[in-house]
Amino acid sequence: MPARPSLWTTLTAPLLRENPVTLQILGICSALAVTTSLATALTMAASLTVVLTLAAGLISVIRHHIPDTIRLIVQIVIIASLVIVIDQVLQAWFFEISQALSVFVGLITTNCLVLGRTEAYARHNPPLPSMVDALGNALGYSLILVIIGALRELFGKGELMGLAVLPLADQGGWFTPLSLMLLAPSAFFLLGGLVWAIRTLRPEQAETPEHAPMGRGEPAE
Amino acid sequence: MTELWSLFLDAALAENMPLSLFLGLCTFLALSRRPETALGLGIAVTAVMAVTVPLNQLLYTALLAPGAWAWAGMPDLDLSYLSLIAFIGVIAATVQLLEMTLDRFFPAIHAAFGVFLPLLTVQCAILAGSLFMVERQFTLAESAVYGLGSGAGFALAVTMLGAVRSRLAYADLPDGLRGLGIAFVLAGLMSLGFASFTLMAAP
Repeated sequence: MPARPSLWTTLTAPLLRENPVTLQILGICSALAVTTSLATALTMAASLTVVLTLAAGLISVIRHHIPDTIRLIVQIVIIASLVIVIDQVLQAWFFEISQALSVFVGLITTNCLVLGRTEAYARHNPPLPSMVDALGNALGYSLILVIIGALRELFGKGELMGLAVLPLADQGGWFTPLSLMLLAPSAFFLLGGLVWAIRTLRPEQAETPEHAPMGRGEPAE
Repeated sequence: MTELWSLFLDAALAENMPLSLFLGLCTFLALSRRPETALGLGIAVTAVMAVTVPLNQLLYTALLAPGAWAWAGMPDLDLSYLSLIAFIGVIAATVQLLEMTLDRFFPAIHAAFGVFLPLLTVQCAILAGSLFMVERQFTLAESAVYGLGSGAGFALAVTMLGAVRSRLAYADLPDGLRGLGIAFVLAGLMSLGFASFTLMAAP
């Protein structure tokens, strides 16, 4: 049996080196949809962290009792029950934010990140490493969410968490809000840029070209 | 009739699932390297959405909506918090049924995009279709049209992205941008284009 990586490595690897969003394309839907402001991004990140960690722990505890043929349904039912709990909690205590998130809390059920981790890791590992792995991945996801949420709110409205940071031009300051930042396309551009930056810093993550370009050097003429 | 048609166009273009609402992006990006696989995925999503959204509408109004059990003497019963788990069950069952039907009667089609079918259970766009149906209180006819429209919009977007990406496979991109990075930029540009449909829909 190969040596198990230490818990600390399991926790920190998904933050930057194996980030679930930028490397494995998992859980992007919600990463982009809820990031128009930092507050919604933080709520979403917290909800996902709770759901993912608990789901990984629960599935790992009963992993020897789940028949292989119906494991997907069992996993989804566990995740969906946890999501319902989170949804009710948000509606009870954070009503405005829960309205802003609309259906996206419910969509944590189908967030590929959750099912991906339970399917790939929690199904084969004891509860403690599974929960640490889930927590690490959830934090990696939260990191991306917070970066994009902060950038979009800062440049789209000149605010962070609802407090004015950059003085707006129509209130005597110098900053003109870029309303494009609040629209859908900017989220794609920002995440694309983020992926580019991470892969430039860590070239081993870059994808190999499908077709090697011929004659890269000087033009023939 | 006109209203249904405009709902269809709205769901397919102005509120395009992947490009303006960011739903179903995982499969949207992961399976769009070739236009052929992308088209297969689009057709599968359309089929599942056209079935599950009206089915879930029936389920919701008959069993889960507040007051649905009034005939049994329980007018205060509100089961709507169960809708998430009920919807995902219906979707999983539909996907399984669709796969078995295709396998039995159309083996060629099943072989062509059978791999994507199990994945559709966890496709956010499909579940979101049912959740939006509840939020906007669609009737049965409206939810059928809405499911078909958003499925068609997804198919259109994923096929277009597949076509552009297979063309870009020959381009000389910076190393870090290749693959996922450029796919995001492309999706952003397409999203800008689809944003203009919102303006066209306004009177």
